[in-house]
Amino acid sequence: MSFETPQHRVEGLGSAHSGVGHFKHQRVTAIVLIPLTLWFAVSALGLIGATEVSVLIFLSNPLNAVLLGSFVLISLYHLALGVQEVIVDYVPHEGFKLFLMFCNYGFAFLVAAACAIALLRITI
Amino acid sequence: MAEYPQKTRPLSPHLGIYRWPVTMATSITHRITGVGLAGGTLLIAWWLTAVSSGPETYEFFSTTMATPLGQIVLYGFAWSLAYHFLNGIRHLCWDFGYGFALPTANATGITVIALSLLVTAGFFLAVHYGYAGYYQ
Repeated sequence: MSFETPQHRVEGLGSAHSGVGHFKHQRVTAIVLIPLTLWFAVSALGLIGATEVSVLIFLSNPLNAVLLGSFVLISLYHLALGVQEVIVDYVPHEGFKLFLMFCNYGFAFLVAAACAIALLRITI
Repeated sequence: MAEYPQKTRPLSPHLGIYRWPVTMATSITHRITGVGLAGGTLLIAWWLTAVSSGPETYEFFSTTMATPLGQIVLYGFAWSLAYHFLNGIRHLCWDFGYGFALPTANATGITVIALSLLVTAGFFLAVHYGYAGYYQ
């Protein structure tokens, strides 16, 4: 016997009200990150031992700046989703779990802001 | 969590007594490298912030990365990224329903471990034989 309302069942979002959203977002970001990571690896290897000026020249190419920004921001969303899964799996205490959730998403937002501001300062 | 009265009940054999199958090792390594790479984004943030702040801060970043500890961190980052990338593709194959048979899962697991080490060794050799740094 189910206590679900018909509408709730049709929406298929379950008790967390997000359905398979977390699972889906993690997979979609993973797929997008495949080509971006290959690009990042090639770029990082090319920038080994580079001077500040050569990094600036590299990032003054809008394509490189956009790809690096996308790589960093999508990675941060992907990792926030992933670390959330680790926290939910290993931390049974509700209060501590909530605290770690704030830390996890706070970390991702702070690093995203730092990278975005640095990229804007370089490219503008 | 609700508190239940504690009774001494027989326990089934727990994690400690099992030998480590390949699938178990690759699974936990995927998580560890994932959390490690989360910390690794700080390196990218530091790099970008240093570049945007001027030659002195960039100089400090590159000399720190050239120290033995910095090199260990960088190659650790490279291996973690290679492993998480390759094993992530393995996970995506599972998500699409492929490669679930145990012999297949074991074989792809060993392949992922070997390839991740090969890629990292390739990075190391490329840097040390002068094939890196082509964007300067």
